[in-house]
Amino acid sequence: MSTPEMRVNDSELVEPPVVHADSRPSEWLMMLREAWRMGRTKIGVGIFAAIVLIAVVGPWVAPYSPTEFVAPPFSTPDIPKMWLGSDYIGHDVLTRVLYGGRTVILLALAATVIGLVLGVTLGLITGYARRWIDESIMRILDVVLAFPQIVLALLFVSILGPRLWLIVLIVGISHAPRIARVARAATLEVSQRDFVLAAEAFGIARWKILFNEILPSITSPLLVEFGLRLTYSIGVIAALSFLGFGMQPPAADWGLMINENRIGLVIQPWPVVVPVMLIGILTIGTNLIADGLGRALIGIERDTGVE
Amino acid sequence: MSPLLKLILVRVGLGVLTLLMVSVVVFAATQALPGDTARAILGREATNVDRYEALKEQLGLNKPMTEQYLSWLGGVLTGDFGNSLAQDEPVTQLLSRRVINTFILVGIAALLSIPISLLLGSLTALRRDSKFDISVSIGSLSLAALPEFVIGIILILLFATQVFNWLPAVSRVDPSLPIVQQLDMFVLPALTLTLAVAPYITRILRASTIEVLESEYVMMARLKGLPERLVLNRHAVPNALAPALQVTALNLAWLAGGVVVVEYLFAFPGIGSALVDAVANRDMPMVQAICLIIAGVYVLANLTADILTILVSPRLRTGLR
Amino acid sequence: METVVTQDAAAARESEAVLRVEGLRIVLDPSGVDIDDEVSLLIHRGEVLGLVGESASGKTTVGTSLLDYQRRGAKIAEGHVEIDGRDILSMDPVALRGVRGGQISYVPQDSSAALNPALRIGTQLLEILEVHGFGSSAADREARLAQMMAEVLLPSDAQFLRRYPHQLSGGQQQRVAIAMAFANRPKVIVLDEPTTALDVTTQAHVLDTVRDLTKSYGVAALYITHDLAVVANLADRIAVMYAGRVVETGTRDELFDAGHHPYTRKLLASIPDITGERALRGIPGWAPRPGQRPSGCAFTPRCDWAVDKCSEVFPPVEDVSPGHHVRCWRYKEVGAQTAALDIQLRDKSLSAPQAEEKQVISVRDVTAYYQHKETLHGINASLSERRCLSLVGESGSGKTTLARCIAGLHRHKIVGDIDFMGKPLARDARGRPRATRQAIQYIFQSPYSSLNPRKTIAQILSQPLKVFFDLSRDEMEERMVKALEQVALDSSLLSRYPDQLSGGERQRLAIARSLAAEPTVLICDEVTSWLDVSVQAAIIELLAALQRDMGLSMLFVTHNLALVRSISQEVAVMNEGRIVEYGVVDAVLDDPQADYTKKLLSDTPTV
Repeated sequence: MSTPEMRVNDSELVEPPVVHADSRPSEWLMMLREAWRMGRTKIGVGIFAAIVLIAVVGPWVAPYSPTEFVAPPFSTPDIPKMWLGSDYIGHDVLTRVLYGGRTVILLALAATVIGLVLGVTLGLITGYARRWIDESIMRILDVVLAFPQIVLALLFVSILGPRLWLIVLIVGISHAPRIARVARAATLEVSQRDFVLAAEAFGIARWKILFNEILPSITSPLLVEFGLRLTYSIGVIAALSFLGFGMQPPAADWGLMINENRIGLVIQPWPVVVPVMLIGILTIGTNLIADGLGRALIGIERDTGVE
Repeated sequence: MSPLLKLILVRVGLGVLTLLMVSVVVFAATQALPGDTARAILGREATNVDRYEALKEQLGLNKPMTEQYLSWLGGVLTGDFGNSLAQDEPVTQLLSRRVINTFILVGIAALLSIPISLLLGSLTALRRDSKFDISVSIGSLSLAALPEFVIGIILILLFATQVFNWLPAVSRVDPSLPIVQQLDMFVLPALTLTLAVAPYITRILRASTIEVLESEYVMMARLKGLPERLVLNRHAVPNALAPALQVTALNLAWLAGGVVVVEYLFAFPGIGSALVDAVANRDMPMVQAICLIIAGVYVLANLTADILTILVSPRLRTGLR
Repeated sequence: METVVTQDAAAARESEAVLRVEGLRIVLDPSGVDIDDEVSLLIHRGEVLGLVGESASGKTTVGTSLLDYQRRGAKIAEGHVEIDGRDILSMDPVALRGVRGGQISYVPQDSSAALNPALRIGTQLLEILEVHGFGSSAADREARLAQMMAEVLLPSDAQFLRRYPHQLSGGQQQRVAIAMAFANRPKVIVLDEPTTALDVTTQAHVLDTVRDLTKSYGVAALYITHDLAVVANLADRIAVMYAGRVVETGTRDELFDAGHHPYTRKLLASIPDITGERALRGIPGWAPRPGQRPSGCAFTPRCDWAVDKCSEVFPPVEDVSPGHHVRCWRYKEVGAQTAALDIQLRDKSLSAPQAEEKQVISVRDVTAYYQHKETLHGINASLSERRCLSLVGESGSGKTTLARCIAGLHRHKIVGDIDFMGKPLARDARGRPRATRQAIQYIFQSPYSSLNPRKTIAQILSQPLKVFFDLSRDEMEERMVKALEQVALDSSLLSRYPDQLSGGERQRLAIARSLAAEPTVLICDEVTSWLDVSVQAAIIELLAALQRDMGLSMLFVTHNLALVRSISQEVAVMNEGRIVEYGVVDAVLDDPQADYTKKLLSDTPTV
């Protein structure tokens, strides 16, 4: 049994000052501030912002329309008329690149949010409810977990066709068990703490305790999860487009472009290389943010003795 | 019955249960969903009522759902997945060669990624905050973020085109020649998978190794005057084993899904690319079979991880929690 | 000043010292903030030096420094550590390894964490012999191992040695650690609070073992602890640490009978007195942490003797007599005041029961379960109005279970009747009427766990107010300020977070939260176990005063029998789920009837 005497001695090394004078911001804010201090987070945010900017603003600054024929297929770049050359049909690659980011980012965000909402709810419930509810829900989630995300998506696409809403839904659902596990672990840990017991002793309703006492205590790890899941969402959704099950031609989409133009890789690499770089950098950006948040979280938890 | 055996049997039982429910999901998705299988297959020709009814009869879609499921399940358990709709041949026959190919591919990727990540994971933990650690950390962070097909295309760009024209960009495995003579077809796909999986294993291994190295019992071992070599080998390693095994098995499980995109990218004749084709063709029996296999491997890998963890932790072994 | 004779004697004694620590300074890495500074100690052959300090005193980090080891985040910045003349801190790694475990060994605080869970204990015991080249054969080593185990009263058969640490009890694990420490008959042993996590009875055994072995083998022992009572019966000499510095060193008698540092004196006064003669006096305030220490004496804000000089310059080491050192500007005056004046006699009327009052809580034939096991067997007890009943027992005795049953927090089966004001209580607090929930309040053991770290103090205090009363915002604020005042906390804390408070303050806040509900029954579950001795005393003082002034009925759960007289009128002694003795405090403690009570009394260390 670990007594507090021991803990307090252990924390001789990292115990924060007992400060009455200054007020202190909420833990959330402290985590964001701490994360921002790290170089890697700054780079991640910068990258993410830059790519999102390209995706959002792109269509407005594009020189042509994405379905316009501007040159023979696979023409090499001709500055300033065609900065990146033309694709396998003859569209302007730069234009298609500028148009091609919106969908993947939007879909990925939507899928991640769905997964988060679903996963957190399930995690909270299973972490706080009675044993049999916990067990049964976890078994069902195990089944979803048994499928790699892309396989699950393909399974449903095979019968329902490549619909965008379906992709968002399925990818979101496939995130749920993974997020639920994290939320559940955090909830289990928090619900053992005495302040939850104290609220129960006051007679406060269970669902109120869940949302007022427990949920705020688990937001920090969930923020980190959001970052991670966003990275995977982008990956899976771009992959689905790459496989031909996402956006359909002639729509402009990075994943789709990569597949369409693979054939001409040797002659005209740009319609493949640029989207690949953009997707790659974007995912690295979101991962850096998630990692920065994760480290900040560990630091903050240590300092506020939350553990 | 010893508590250990009981624990293992419970795990196995749960695994079987999960697999059963997986089969239900696979079946439900492909045959029980609205958007009628027969209609989907016939496409435009679904308006022809006779052909529609005939196909439904052929696929057994008029029987009650549970009966359909049971007969399908029965077939699956005896190795009969039905016939491919696209090629009208038994699924098992079409897949057997591909399963072997994918198996070898995954095997090579595993053989490459596990030792590398074990090594890097433990070294970065031992040399924490060194330049080595930091650079590996940045590298693995970046690689872990990239989708597999992005890694694959970068490799193609590097090795198969302008930069170094060494390796074939597309794998055309000739079924008539023995695999051994065609190993260069495996290189790029295997390398892609390795680079996709290794960063995860490395990072998790680093974290769990650090946890072990900062534990009380490692400190105690040092305070007893044990040479560092003994501290690491006798005290640290056995405790790092359980998390190492777990994460390895889990990541191998992930490879089962990772093959889909990678095989498609390199046109590698495995079950991953077969799945993509099957989905495009709405070839239900094929889709069912491949999804089952992949999910099955996933569940099996997780189960193995669980059981190995139990066997390796004395606490769990002796029945305490 | 010292005469030549005494100087020589002192010098001669000094030269017998086995362990010599001088000017040790340990800092946080990388910030460079001091954890310990100017630490100097001297231990002779066969002598036990008790290093006493509360939290933030830095005593734990001193312990591992003697083996030239620091955890990640700290490093040894300056100083000398010599064992038999050999300088430990400047040794090369190979020599150091030879010394660790061979010449100087370490007994950790928590053996459940310090023993490798993946290795059998036999392996872990043998390796310390192997590594230091003991004996010329395996048979030699096994013989020694058998001897080691016998010394700590553990079996040495193969079956036992094949066990893993988790298959041993806490006490057994600690004995294994002690056996390992004495294995190579070292010159010095560092014991880092080895009995903190143990029951009083087991602790008594372990202390006996340590005493016997150090004397038999002439080992110089450094015993680190926060518990002066433990050290009173074990140590030959004592060094008191405060905020990273040694403030007084001397023999046990010198410190206990004639301490010359205000902190030493106050610390002694805060130790609970099981005989009930002395009242418990706490020290207000809290100890500054590393990074917050002032340039002068750190004890100044809490010191009755402080003058201006104290907060400016840290006092130098002064000799009261050979071997008795102190660091205080006014040590002469402190020493002149007789110890008797420190003692406030306890108001015995406080523990005398008044006339029979109404029964507020009655427990009849209650059996409680944890899953399917019975943890309480047929308990009968009652709590009267305006009285305080102590529930005393070791861990596993069922005292917390009983408290939780009464509070409605026990989540498993309960059989029997628990009544409040004559009416039966629902098992689960959530099933009780609001008035009942309001009337019975529960204070938890850990102030680190019972306050939501994400909420401000105002939010924490407003919780019971919102649930039990219908108040306007102003009324709520008023009540919150009042609640804080009752526990001597400042109202400016309302917008702060719990982690900005010290442990003692947090527990006061927890008490304030309960008081805000305006209860009639207060259940205190080991509320001081997580606090320093001096802080504990202050909290007990507070609770006793509140109970008296507000006429509360209180149930005080504790494992420390010595506290009982300071706060309650009746006591129930529990063991293994049963009440073995029950009655008026003075009667039970002065003349115990049950064997278990007698044993508990004799095992509880006293000053």
